[in-house]
Amino acid sequence: MSEPQTVAPNDHEPPRRLHINVLRFNPREAGTEPRVQTYEIEEAHGMTLFLALSEIREKQDPSLQFDFVCRAGICGSCAMVINGRPGLACRTLTTQFGSEITLAPLPVFELIGDLSVNTGKWMRAMSERLETWVHMNEAGVDLHKMEERMDPALAEEVYELDRCIECGCCVGACGTLRMRPGFVGAVGLNKIARFRLDPRDNRSDDDYYELVGDDEGVFGCMSLVGCQDVCPKNLPLATQIAFLRRKMLANGLKR
Amino acid sequence: MKIVYTDVLVIGGGLAGQRVAIGARRRGFDATVISLVPAKRSHSAAAQGGMQASLANVLKAQGDSEDVHFEDTVRGSDWGADQEVVRMFVNTAPKAVRELAAWGVPWSRVRKGDREVIINGQRVTLTERDEAHGLIMQRDFGGTKKWRACYVSDGTGHALLYAMSDRAIASGVPVHERAEALALIHDGGRCYGAVVRDLITGELMAYVAKATAIATGGAGRLYRVTTNAVICEGIGTAIALETGVAAVGNMEAVQFHPTGIFPAGILVTEGCRGDGGLLKDGEGHRFMPDYEPEKKELASRDVVSRRMEEHIRKGKGAKSRFGDHLWLDITLLGRAHIDRNLREVKEICAYFLGIDPAEQWIAVRPAQHYTMGGVRTTPSGQSPALMGLFAAGEAACWDMHGFNRLGGNSVAETVVAGMIVGENIADFCADPANDIDFSTGLVRDFVEREQGKLDALFASGGTEDASAIRAEMQDLMTDKVGIFRTGRELEEAVDALQKLLVRSRSIRVRGHALGANPELVTAYRVQKMLKLALCVAYGALVRTESRGAHFREDYPRRNDQEWLKRTLATWPDERGTLPTLGYEPLDVMRMELPPGWRGYGAKDYIDHPDTARRASELEALKGRMAGADRFTVQNALMPYEHLLPVSLRGHNERMDERLT
Repeated sequence: MSEPQTVAPNDHEPPRRLHINVLRFNPREAGTEPRVQTYEIEEAHGMTLFLALSEIREKQDPSLQFDFVCRAGICGSCAMVINGRPGLACRTLTTQFGSEITLAPLPVFELIGDLSVNTGKWMRAMSERLETWVHMNEAGVDLHKMEERMDPALAEEVYELDRCIECGCCVGACGTLRMRPGFVGAVGLNKIARFRLDPRDNRSDDDYYELVGDDEGVFGCMSLVGCQDVCPKNLPLATQIAFLRRKMLANGLKR
Repeated sequence: MKIVYTDVLVIGGGLAGQRVAIGARRRGFDATVISLVPAKRSHSAAAQGGMQASLANVLKAQGDSEDVHFEDTVRGSDWGADQEVVRMFVNTAPKAVRELAAWGVPWSRVRKGDREVIINGQRVTLTERDEAHGLIMQRDFGGTKKWRACYVSDGTGHALLYAMSDRAIASGVPVHERAEALALIHDGGRCYGAVVRDLITGELMAYVAKATAIATGGAGRLYRVTTNAVICEGIGTAIALETGVAAVGNMEAVQFHPTGIFPAGILVTEGCRGDGGLLKDGEGHRFMPDYEPEKKELASRDVVSRRMEEHIRKGKGAKSRFGDHLWLDITLLGRAHIDRNLREVKEICAYFLGIDPAEQWIAVRPAQHYTMGGVRTTPSGQSPALMGLFAAGEAACWDMHGFNRLGGNSVAETVVAGMIVGENIADFCADPANDIDFSTGLVRDFVEREQGKLDALFASGGTEDASAIRAEMQDLMTDKVGIFRTGRELEEAVDALQKLLVRSRSIRVRGHALGANPELVTAYRVQKMLKLALCVAYGALVRTESRGAHFREDYPRRNDQEWLKRTLATWPDERGTLPTLGYEPLDVMRMELPPGWRGYGAKDYIDHPDTARRASELEALKGRMAGADRFTVQNALMPYEHLLPVSLRGHNERMDERLT
């Protein structure tokens, strides 16, 4: 291995001044209009949008609304539109942009204020609608006994799809959702693919067809692949949707 | 005034809280969860490496059992844990893993045959048994005799939290997201629910419940450098403290994780070292064997973190513009292993450090990680001081971690405590003696009082800035109440924190934005956080010994003679600036494992006068029972099963220990 290194710092250059343009609107304030507000801050080494926005709120504007939780790219709270592209703000380094950075809330979701949107409400409704849980036999499981076996490769395949963090980037980047507000989105279809793969779920393709076998489900997708382009976990969303569509089509045809 | 009625109010939507709610719901009670954030975004999701449960499926776990898990946990706690609670925990952990398996968690599974692993820097081939194929995997973690951490790649917490949240949705448990409890409603003896603020509209409401459970996690954000999520501010613990009646236990016991990435403090899992990763200094030397020849990188976290800081103090750290740090080297594990089992670590390194951990070393330094202390409860999960108030998970001190928690035991505790407290809370609600006869006037008083406090923050003639006070508190805690503590620095910290608390009463909120108003949120939270910070610092000042993660340079020995006791802090005077400390002795004569050397760390400690007597008593008892099975012997040493809900009693099956 090579010698250990720290992140290459540009120690000798003066720090940049960043202009962070935020699309602001508080729907609870009657009579106000959405507007763009620009904040100027000095870039720091290793600065992420989490650090930049936190500094703005602490030092310049305590009313600015945004959502961060883990600040490590794993909880999915901070998805927003960053220079025109949905992404996780917490793990986005400012160095990858010019000195102008424009931030807007994710579309589709209900706006809470400024960069904060209600992804939780949307995702819960999606989960209830698609029943995103393992449907088990009534008898349940005897916790004193050894666990059921599972093929190791299959467990890894299930985990691959289970890595979704419900951040909403795929929803924000989805062309279909602009036209069909009831579309379940790549996040929803990926869930179906995940449970369909899981031998512990006793639902059949007939059951899944009832959930997603229409234009608000897998047949609504226009294959624009925006979802997969922006997924921060690099989930194979377009592949899963295509596969699911084939299975659902086969199911539909035999009906 | 809006009042929501429910049987069980659960404050906190992580693994522990949701499991409590599911348990109550399954017994036919209404359970309502309130959560600062959507439940799936809770900090439980950040647990990476694994969940300890003695399933004993892999070769290196053979011979593991509840007994070994029990001893590891008690030693890890530096004998601060309640041993009955540890017994309850280790017996329930395998059941918790298996329940989660049935609920869809994609646990990593054993492949039969040869596999290459790294042990102590050497490549070793292990041959997994044919009959283990497809069972749940275990990996090595610090402070354990056997490989015991069950895992899902390094996204264990995420996979668990999603399975749990989806099960809550399936069970019809409502989760009121973006809601924050500001105060518990109580009459000094009985808890009736909480005053809750809607973090979208800013509205105050009352939630009235027969039983209220606090499951709000830890308080890492008392510190500047922490692995904890930004929501881990300890507010749930603080509102219990603010009742003036309920106590918080052992708040001075704060864990620092050896491998927070430097300088951001984001966690990389202990699984890195469990899987064979090494710690190296500025010269590239592997230094842990010099300090800890027995367990090396895999001693308990308190010990490894202290050794790392000790090494940095000797000038052996790697230098950087942000100060000194050390290196975590996982390059020897190979790219294939990292891609499969340490993928979150790989992403974190790529995004936050700009490195590929299969090629380069990871800059690390210990960072605040876990709050061993919390709302004091009995083994049932209920506060002994405030009837109807329960607590579970990191927010609770029931007390299974004592002064240091083992890696993988917290995610296990969340689910286990959720299972146990969920059953107990259902029993509590089922008993007519616990029906409540509450006064709407009392509820109104509490809501009005909280509204008054918020209004005062706008109207006050004060000039203090909440964010600035918060930053000062975090600096103080990191600089003076950290890994190495001294009486002088702790005194300075207590003094400065008291001044900050007084200043926080003159915070002025300037913005009148409708809705949640983040400035207001910071203002009321920092007042509560300062009280907790004072419990930590003051408890640490008074405890003149070193135990687990609490290390006093001026009192470096563990002193069982004087300090084998749990700190209980209460806050009886709302306008006061210090908690009242009390102490609860741990009874050596009831311990299954009397105090001794942990197997790593310092060998030098002051014995409790009862220790020798108890040890010989146990020896004699074991001698008399030679030939009896391990369960019978255990039951004679320290019976605990009566403390468990009936449905969770009973043995756990293993490949080598079949149920008859």
